[in-house]
Amino acid sequence: MPVPIPEHLKDLPRPRINRAPSPVLAMSLPWVLVMLGSLSPTWPIVSSAPVMPPLGFLFLLGWLHLRPGLFPVWAGLPLGFFDDLFSGQPMGSAILLWSLATIGMDYVETRFPWRGFVQNWLVASAVIAGYLLVAAWFAGVHRQPDLLLAMLPQIALSILTYPIATQLVGLVDRLRLIPVREV
Amino acid sequence: MAPSSNRRPGSSRRAQYSTFLAYVIAFAGVIAGVAVLLFSTSNAVAFASLRSGATDAVAPAATAAAASRSESQSVWSALKGYFTYGVRVARNEQELAEARVRLAEAAALKNENARLKALLDLRESEPKPIAMARLIGSTSTSTRRYALLGAGSHQGVAVGMPVRSPLGLVGRVLETGDRTARVLLITDTESLVPVRRARDGVPAFAAGRGDGTLQLRLINLGTNPLRVGDAFVTSGSGGLYWPNTAVAVVTRLTRDGAFARALSDPGTTEFVEVQPLWEEGTAAQQLTAPPAAGAK
Repeated sequence: MPVPIPEHLKDLPRPRINRAPSPVLAMSLPWVLVMLGSLSPTWPIVSSAPVMPPLGFLFLLGWLHLRPGLFPVWAGLPLGFFDDLFSGQPMGSAILLWSLATIGMDYVETRFPWRGFVQNWLVASAVIAGYLLVAAWFAGVHRQPDLLLAMLPQIALSILTYPIATQLVGLVDRLRLIPVREV
Repeated sequence: MAPSSNRRPGSSRRAQYSTFLAYVIAFAGVIAGVAVLLFSTSNAVAFASLRSGATDAVAPAATAAAASRSESQSVWSALKGYFTYGVRVARNEQELAEARVRLAEAAALKNENARLKALLDLRESEPKPIAMARLIGSTSTSTRRYALLGAGSHQGVAVGMPVRSPLGLVGRVLETGDRTARVLLITDTESLVPVRRARDGVPAFAAGRGDGTLQLRLINLGTNPLRVGDAFVTSGSGGLYWPNTAVAVVTRLTRDGAFARALSDPGTTEFVEVQPLWEEGTAAQQLTAPPAAGAK
């Protein structure tokens, strides 16, 4: 005997069958999220020391972990260029480092296909710490060695922010796959 | 997490080529990054127009966000603010009552000052500000210390102009867009401000250290005459910063100078003032020349 459709499902605002995610939304939201993260220097936080985690980079790592193969392996080039426009780093620093990170994460993905959250977080922590230190070197920190000490809170904060950033990436991943298009 | 299945392109020649091409572009990105980095570190203004164009494009949103920032809004103090709101309101009201009295006294003093100056026939040495604007953001992820200013060449802001807040010197304009400008804060590691001790004019350089403090390097080496708590103001040497703008207070002595705390925390400043360039040899400079002639 067929189960009758429950009353509260009968008058849903939109039909649930014959629907597919919009390809525009599904393809563009990951890029938009990373670029919004790169815009964080224009947020109204004016600080006298480097404290904020590099949100664009964290989102990129989150996408690479959650959906391997969603970003093409050359995604670091355009996204890094966009980040360089706002970050205050010398131009080219993010182009280089984001490209290297994307290629490196692609290698980790093929080398260790079976990973859990802890492994992902460990890899991300190493990549984030390396990224911040090398970026600081590009910005001239070797002329001011004391500044390395002032960077420790930022590195710690970035590593702790990474799980939150991946949660946000997961939320946007669900948003981008909402079936809105009629087929 | 399970390995993704779309990694092997299979026997399709076209899919193989596009995978290969993706890696070629990725490594080209690495090489391009190195090239651009080398070019931009040797040539600081190389991409200024690109950067200021980009900040111009996002400036409206950033300015609207900055308008809601009324008082100290660094990350931690924003969080802390929620818990200490009531105490602060009470304290502020008390301070306001005291400040009203002081203000009345100050107005009287100002009147007297104006009268005495008119008597002596002196000219005002404070410059007329080019523009008043908000600091709409800063490079809080990078170790370089730049801030974005909500005024650009449309408002008359030009490269090199000093930027100050009511509390002291903030920095100077480095790049200008149409409606935004990039400000090099005095705490940046590349910033060097000629200063002198407010009390007696001991000349020094204030170099940024990138973490919100400054390093004071004395020009005349010898015994270190500094004390903790000494206030330093700009000396006007070099013709860039107007003299007698407050810069920093000494917090810790070193062998050949001192570490100092910058007086104007850009995070707690809502509006800043862009001043015209200070030039050598003006009448105002002779009036405010430092008592101990020193800094070149």
